Amino acid sequence: MADIFDDYVLAQAWDEMFEMPGVPRPAYEVLFAALQPLESDDLNFRAEQLSRMFTDRGVTFAMGGEERPFPLDLVPRVIMASEWDAVTRGVAQRVRTLEAFLADVYGPGRVFADGVVPRSLITSSIHMHRAVHGFNPPNGVRVHVAGIDLVRDEAGAFRVLEDNVRVPSGVSYVIENRRAMTQSIPAVFGEHRVHPVHEYPARLLTALRAAAPAGVSEPTVAVLTPGIYNAAYFEHALLARLMGVELLEGRDLVCRNNKLRMRTTDGERPVHVLYRRVDDDFLDPLHFRSDSQMGCPGLINAARAGNVTIANAVGNGVADDKLLYTYVPDLVRYYLNEAPVLDNVETYRLEDPEILHDVLGRLHELVIKPVDGSGGKGIVIGPQASEETLVEIHGVVASNPRGWIAQRPVALSTAPTLIGDRLVPRHIDLRPFAVNDGEDVWVLPGGLTRVALPEGALVVNSSQGGGSKDTWVLADEAQRVPAQRATDLAALPSRVSDAPFSGARDAGPTVQMAQQ
Amino acid sequence: MLSRIAESLFWIGRYVERADDTARLLDAFLRRVLEDPWTDEDAECRSLLAILGVPAPRDVVQNTGEIMRKVAFDDKTASAIAGAVAAARENARGAREAISSEMWECLNVTWRTMPERRRAAARLGPNTYLDYVRERTAMFSGLAESTLSHDDGWQFLVLGRSLERADMTARLLSVQLLTADQPVTWVTVLSACGGYEAFLHTHGGMVDRSRAVQFLALDRSFPRSVLHSLTTAEQCLASLNPQLARNQGADPARRVVGQARTALEYADVIELVRDLSVHLVPVQEACASASQAVSRRYFTYATPLAWAQELV
Repeated sequence: MADIFDDYVLAQAWDEMFEMPGVPRPAYEVLFAALQPLESDDLNFRAEQLSRMFTDRGVTFAMGGEERPFPLDLVPRVIMASEWDAVTRGVAQRVRTLEAFLADVYGPGRVFADGVVPRSLITSSIHMHRAVHGFNPPNGVRVHVAGIDLVRDEAGAFRVLEDNVRVPSGVSYVIENRRAMTQSIPAVFGEHRVHPVHEYPARLLTALRAAAPAGVSEPTVAVLTPGIYNAAYFEHALLARLMGVELLEGRDLVCRNNKLRMRTTDGERPVHVLYRRVDDDFLDPLHFRSDSQMGCPGLINAARAGNVTIANAVGNGVADDKLLYTYVPDLVRYYLNEAPVLDNVETYRLEDPEILHDVLGRLHELVIKPVDGSGGKGIVIGPQASEETLVEIHGVVASNPRGWIAQRPVALSTAPTLIGDRLVPRHIDLRPFAVNDGEDVWVLPGGLTRVALPEGALVVNSSQGGGSKDTWVLADEAQRVPAQRATDLAALPSRVSDAPFSGARDAGPTVQMAQQ
Repeated sequence: MLSRIAESLFWIGRYVERADDTARLLDAFLRRVLEDPWTDEDAECRSLLAILGVPAPRDVVQNTGEIMRKVAFDDKTASAIAGAVAAARENARGAREAISSEMWECLNVTWRTMPERRRAAARLGPNTYLDYVRERTAMFSGLAESTLSHDDGWQFLVLGRSLERADMTARLLSVQLLTADQPVTWVTVLSACGGYEAFLHTHGGMVDRSRAVQFLALDRSFPRSVLHSLTTAEQCLASLNPQLARNQGADPARRVVGQARTALEYADVIELVRDLSVHLVPVQEACASASQAVSRRYFTYATPLAWAQELV
C-alpha cells in the first residue's frame, strides 16, 4: 500500500523533516511514525475540519475587503529543544541590541559619533520621528513586542531575514493554530512534549503594565486597532480578549490636558498604556498624517508629557529599516560586546557606487527588497523574475539606491505540506515573537511558521498567498516539572461521601416503574 | 464599558430579536395561507407587510414567494431576516473581545450558513429557513444568558431586545386586520408571537379577540407581551443608572418607557380592545424615542472632536 510520503521528492533546499528520502531527522521521528499510517483521505478529512474550524471561529485575515481563513497546514513544524535554545538567545540578543540602538538614536547618538552607523542612514529614514527625540519611555522599553523573521539556509542554519519592531503581527495565529491542532490531531499531538504557547497574552500584559507611566500603580491597558476592516483585526480582538482589556478604535479616544481618555457609558476614563496596532503615521493627526481618523489628536503630546505609554514606541521604524539591518551584527558587538548568535543573510548596501554597479549587473541572481517594505510588498526575486520586471527594477533601484537592498537568494528550507491529497515540499520561514518587560526579553516558544503555498515560491506572507504551520518546540526532558502526585489530590473532599447515597448525583423525582 | 461596545450590544440585541420575531411572524402567516382554503393570499401578505412596515405597491399582487424575498432573504436591509442577521454579526465582529467567543461564533456561523439555508428553502419550503433562524437566535440568547456576565453589557443587550420585542408585538396588534373577527386570525397572531400555547395554558381553548389582545398586550408573565417587554426595558435602564433610583423620570429613556408602560397598564381594557391602534401606536413611538434617548445618553463617542482650541 502506498503511504502518504511515497511521492515526496526533496527540493533543492534543506528539508525540515527528511535527512534523505524516507529518513526523518531526529526531531521528526515520532511525527513521521504517527503520520505514516494515515491514509490521504483521512488527512484530507482532518484538513477540511481544520479549515472549517477557522472559518466558524472567524480566524481570518482581511484581503481586498474579504475575510479569508489563514490556511493552516496539517503537518506541524517541529524544532528540537537544543536548536530552540539558540533561536531564543539569538532573538533576545537582537532585541536587546535594537533597544540600545533606538535609545541611542533618540538620545545621545554615540553610535554615529563612533562611526559605527553613518548618520545619513537615520536622517534619510522615513521612520525617523523627531517628535519623539529626547523622550525616554518610562521603563526604558521601546520594543515591547518584536517579531524577528528567520529562515533556514541550505546548510540548515537559522539566519535573520528581517527585524520587525514596529507592530509585528501573527501571534494570534500561533495561539489559534495550536488550539486547532490539538483538536484535529490529538493523538499525534499527545505523543510529543510540546512547549505550550498560551502564556503569551499574560506575558504581554505584564510587559505592558510594567511600561506604565511613573506613579500609576494600577494602570489601565488597552489595545488600539484601526477597526474591523484591518487585515489583522482578528488578532487585535483576540489579544484584547485574552488580556482582558478594552479594544479601542480612534473614535473611542479623546485627549484633554495631555491625558488620554476613553469614552465609556460612565463618562471618560483614563488610559495609561496603549498597545497600539496602528502605524506611527496614523497615530496622531497633529504630528503625522492630518487626515487620519485611526488615532487620537494629542496622543503624542500626552505620551511626551508622560501620561500615557505608547507600545511599541513611536519611531521604532528606524531600527527595522532594511538598510539598518545590514549593520545589526556590528551593533551587537558595539552595544553588547557579544558575538552575534544568529547571522544575517548576505546583503548588499547599494549606496556604494561600486557595489551598486555590480548588483545592477546581476539583478537576475539576487533578491531585491525595498528598505521600508513589509508584507512581502515590492520584493523582486531575480532568478524567478521576468525580463520586464528586471528592466523595471533596474531603473527603480538605479534612481533610488537608498530605498533598496540586494540579498543573496536563500533557498528557504522546505517542509512537507498537504496540497490536494499529496504531501509535497514547500518553502517556510519562522517568526518568533519576543516580549520585553524591561527586566527580561522573553521569547515565545513556538512562533509562526509561514508557508509559501505555490510550488517553488519563496514569499511566505499571507497577503501573497501564504499559509502557516503550527510550530512545535519540543520540551527539554531534563527541564520537566514533576506532575502533581495523586496523593496530593487525595486531600480534596470526596464528592461521593457527601452525597446522600453512594455515587449518585442530585436527581429529581424519578418515574416509578410498574412493579410487576 | 466603552460606549461603542455598549451600542453594538444594544443593536445585537435588537437585530437578533428582529430576526427571531420576523421568522415567527412569517411562519404563522405562511401556515395560515397554506392551511386555510378561504384566505386571500394578497390581502394576508399585505397585512404582514404592514406589520413589518414594508411598503407594498398597490398594483402588484403580493404572494408568499415575494414576501420571503422581501422580508426573509434580503440581506441588504436590516428589516429582513438575513439583513438583521448580517447586521447583528457585523456589530458582534466589532465587539468580539467584549462578548464571549461562543456568542460570536454562533452569529458568525449563522451568518455564513444563511445562503445555504436559503437554497434549501427553495427546495424544501420556507420552513427549513425559518426554523433555522429561530433555533439559532434561541441558541444565541441561551449563550448570552449563560456565558456573558450580567453586567452593563448584558443590560444593553437585553434593553435592545426588549425594546425591539415591545415594538414588534405592538405593531402586530395595531395593524387593522381584515378578518379580525374570526378566532382563527387570533390563533395566527398568537402563534406569530410564539404565544399560542402559553395562551391556551392561561385562558383555555377559547380564543377570541378580547382575550388574545389582553394576553399579548397586558399579560405580566408572558415574556413577549408588550407590558412584559416594557417592564424589562425599564429594569435594564434602572440598573444602568442606579444613581437615579430616587428620581426615575430624570432619565429621558426611562421616562418615555415608563409612561408607555403605565399608559398601557392602566388603560381601560374595553377601550383597548376596541381601538388597538390608539393604544399601541404610542408604544411604538415610545420605543423609537427611548432608543434615541439611550443613544444620546450612552453612545456619545461619535461627538465631534474639540481639540483645536486646546492647543496652545
